Amino acid sequence: MKEMEINEKALLAEDGGGKAAQTGWSAEVRRAAVAPMTGKTSTTWKLIVAVCSLFVLAGIGTWLYQLKHGLGAAGYNDQAFWAVYIVDVIAFIGVSYGGAVISAILRLTGQSWRAPLTRLAEGTALVTVAIGALYIFPHLGRPERFWEIVVFVNTSSPLFWDFIAIGTYVLATVIFFYLPLVPDMAIVNRMLGKKNRPIQYKVYNLLSLKWLGTEKQRRLLHGAMSLVALIIVPLAVSVHSVLSWAFATTSRPGWMETVFPPYFVVAALYSGTALVIVVASAFRKGYHLEKYIHTRHFVRLGYVMAAMGLVYAYLTLADLLSEGYTGITSGWIYQTVLGRWAIPFWFYVVVGEVMPIALVAVKRTRNIKGMTIASLGVVISLWIKRIVIVLPPVTQPLIGNQWGTYHFTWVSVTITLAGVAAIPLGLMLLFRVLPVLSIDEMEEMGEIGSTEQISEFTAAAEKRLAVGATNGNGHANGNVNGHSNGDAVPVTQGEVQ
Amino acid sequence: MRKVSQKKSSSDELSVISEESCGCSVDGQSCTITSMVEAGEPAASDDKEFSRRRFLSLLGAAAGAAAVIGSGIELLSYRAYAQGLPQTNGWTGNSGVTGSGAATMASSEAPPTHQWAMVIDLSMCNGCKSCTAACQKAHYLTPDQTWIDVFTLTDAEGKTYPMPRPCMQCENPPCLHVCPVHATFRQDQGVVLVDQERCIGCRMCMAACPYQARYFNWNSNVQYPKLSVPPSPEMPVPQRLGTVGKCTFCVGNLNNGLLSECAAGCPMGAIYNGDLKTDVAVNSLGSTVKLSSFLYDNNAVTFKPEQNTHPRVWYIQGDGQDLNDNKASQSS
Ligand code: SF4
Ligand code: SF4
Repeated sequence: MKEMEINEKALLAEDGGGKAAQTGWSAEVRRAAVAPMTGKTSTTWKLIVAVCSLFVLAGIGTWLYQLKHGLGAAGYNDQAFWAVYIVDVIAFIGVSYGGAVISAILRLTGQSWRAPLTRLAEGTALVTVAIGALYIFPHLGRPERFWEIVVFVNTSSPLFWDFIAIGTYVLATVIFFYLPLVPDMAIVNRMLGKKNRPIQYKVYNLLSLKWLGTEKQRRLLHGAMSLVALIIVPLAVSVHSVLSWAFATTSRPGWMETVFPPYFVVAALYSGTALVIVVASAFRKGYHLEKYIHTRHFVRLGYVMAAMGLVYAYLTLADLLSEGYTGITSGWIYQTVLGRWAIPFWFYVVVGEVMPIALVAVKRTRNIKGMTIASLGVVISLWIKRIVIVLPPVTQPLIGNQWGTYHFTWVSVTITLAGVAAIPLGLMLLFRVLPVLSIDEMEEMGEIGSTEQISEFTAAAEKRLAVGATNGNGHANGNVNGHSNGDAVPVTQGEVQ
Repeated sequence: MRKVSQKKSSSDELSVISEESCGCSVDGQSCTITSMVEAGEPAASDDKEFSRRRFLSLLGAAAGAAAVIGSGIELLSYRAYAQGLPQTNGWTGNSGVTGSGAATMASSEAPPTHQWAMVIDLSMCNGCKSCTAACQKAHYLTPDQTWIDVFTLTDAEGKTYPMPRPCMQCENPPCLHVCPVHATFRQDQGVVLVDQERCIGCRMCMAACPYQARYFNWNSNVQYPKLSVPPSPEMPVPQRLGTVGKCTFCVGNLNNGLLSECAAGCPMGAIYNGDLKTDVAVNSLGSTVKLSSFLYDNNAVTFKPEQNTHPRVWYIQGDGQDLNDNKASQSS
């Protein structure tokens, strides 16, 4: 394998030399994956980063303003004590859940076509879970006392378990993102050398855990990855269930719903799949990954999304029907379906259910553009749907008939937009320092992920191995390879199948 | 003492009852009655009201046997609770201090001499909201912060009636159970308080309270005067921005032999401060009653008993009023 990396390194260092051709597809993957990390960034890239940073900074500034003036500035009041920020927590952690679970399930079921998507999906999961967890701070009245949750533990509080669940999930997401990076960081180091990036080189060297791709290492890595994938699915289910129980363990009509845990979990999966599609579509275009991410990726994700959408529509009906039918505590249902929340609710129905499912169902629109539009609709309308889940019950009077109101203010809107802008910003910065494709996984899975391709790849890898055995001093730039003695270790492809 | 105390217009009777009640407080605590007697002029008696009340009390006596099954059991159980006897209704009570936050608040080493309660006589309330105003003035609340609020409910005939709602000081308080940092605690006299120096402002308690009794400090522009005493959970003035506040039962007042601000501010005498230990309740008109029989004879109810919160606030309902009629108490 060494041979190729050196070629790649040379290629990248010289900005497009001719030696890469011989390494074929694998080299192209590497080049595509690492390209955003090297060289100059385009004007568009800079522009997007600048605009998103502005939004994020504006959000942070607004949050400081809110700290000074109180949550009233964000439109909160005693009959709308939970509103936008808890929706942001749920929505952002929700989309993260989608990315992680999609990737984990595809891994566990051995879907080889996943390979070009996993890094994007897991990166999305990582970035959005961080954003979602951060929204707890504007949500709290006194965020500086957050540490008290750990000190004055109250195990009977749903929020304590929220804290535990989110904390564990963040940790799992980080590990889940990190594990497939282990070989990639070794590859990147070999490709880019350490000349212009001594600190990064050292860090990656450390984090790549002396990865050489030996059989034992591969076995270990695959075992760990399967384990984390196995853990992250129930973990994500538990996170969203526990989040929903913060609502469902109160006695509030509209929140005390037995359907809430699956309702929240499916909403998370639905919006998460949609966001993966949006992200994949954007990066496919922006980062020139057309060669690796194909229409069929979008269509398959679209199927998953549509299935989730149907389940979610079913759960929405289940949530509304029984209480609405008996009419005992159903003021919030009336307000949701026909009253003051009718417009956002029916927006969700049309843009968040009918439109995307139709786009998936109709063959003509079952393409990248169609799936992207469908997913955008889902992501946006599911945020709105969460607003409709939170606000009608919270504004419903528990005594008398004085309904509360919530007004969106520039404070809550700015802080929410900051989170939205933080997703592309976070991802673009992330893929400035880490490969945008899961190189090692793609190489393992082969060109387009079919089994024939894998065997083809295996043959190619064996050939490369044979060449690599004589390697050891071919470092064009004189960089010391951190794993310079790797050549002595036989690299087998036993894990490929 | 079985007799319902309807002493509004009879000061003679009042003094008789007062003596009796004073005799009840055997634990040497200064009897709260002294302050009650001077607390207010007896309001002009409303004959119609009076006769209706008389009627009710007669009804109460007549229906006594039947009532033993209903409210009687409830009554016995809270008496048993107050005296530390075994419970009869399954609920073992949150006796004493609950929550680690209370460590800072355990007011006495000795066993508590009072277990505070409240009775609100809906048949007396005229909906003037003087209680709300008095409370807001004493605690420097914003107009939105109605620690005791007066809601409008509908009776069987479709007529509306006012319903004052303080914090119920639940013996099984959902707000306390959900607080992640034990900022909400129950002190040893049964009063649920909030430590605003600890509250993280998550508002989980506001979600959990079935009575909408909690009010947040949303805005920083509230002006407080200079005060000599620092804020405490018993008297959270000035309140902290970004924390939750609620009715404190004016437990400081009660322990000093004074009525709570709302009770003292009620011109109709509709609000009684009571003590389960000494079994006395007093209102602003100086009516002093034996709490247990007062509740028993008037078929007092708690609000939303299905919530299993075991409130320390009882309501006496007027004709046709049904506090726990879902249609009246929950809007559609
Ligand atoms: S009425 Fe509400 S705030 Fe008061 S103790 Fe009960 S649950 Fe807590
Ligand atoms: S708002 Fe304060 S008192 Fe209420 S649950 Fe949160 S920390 Fe506890």
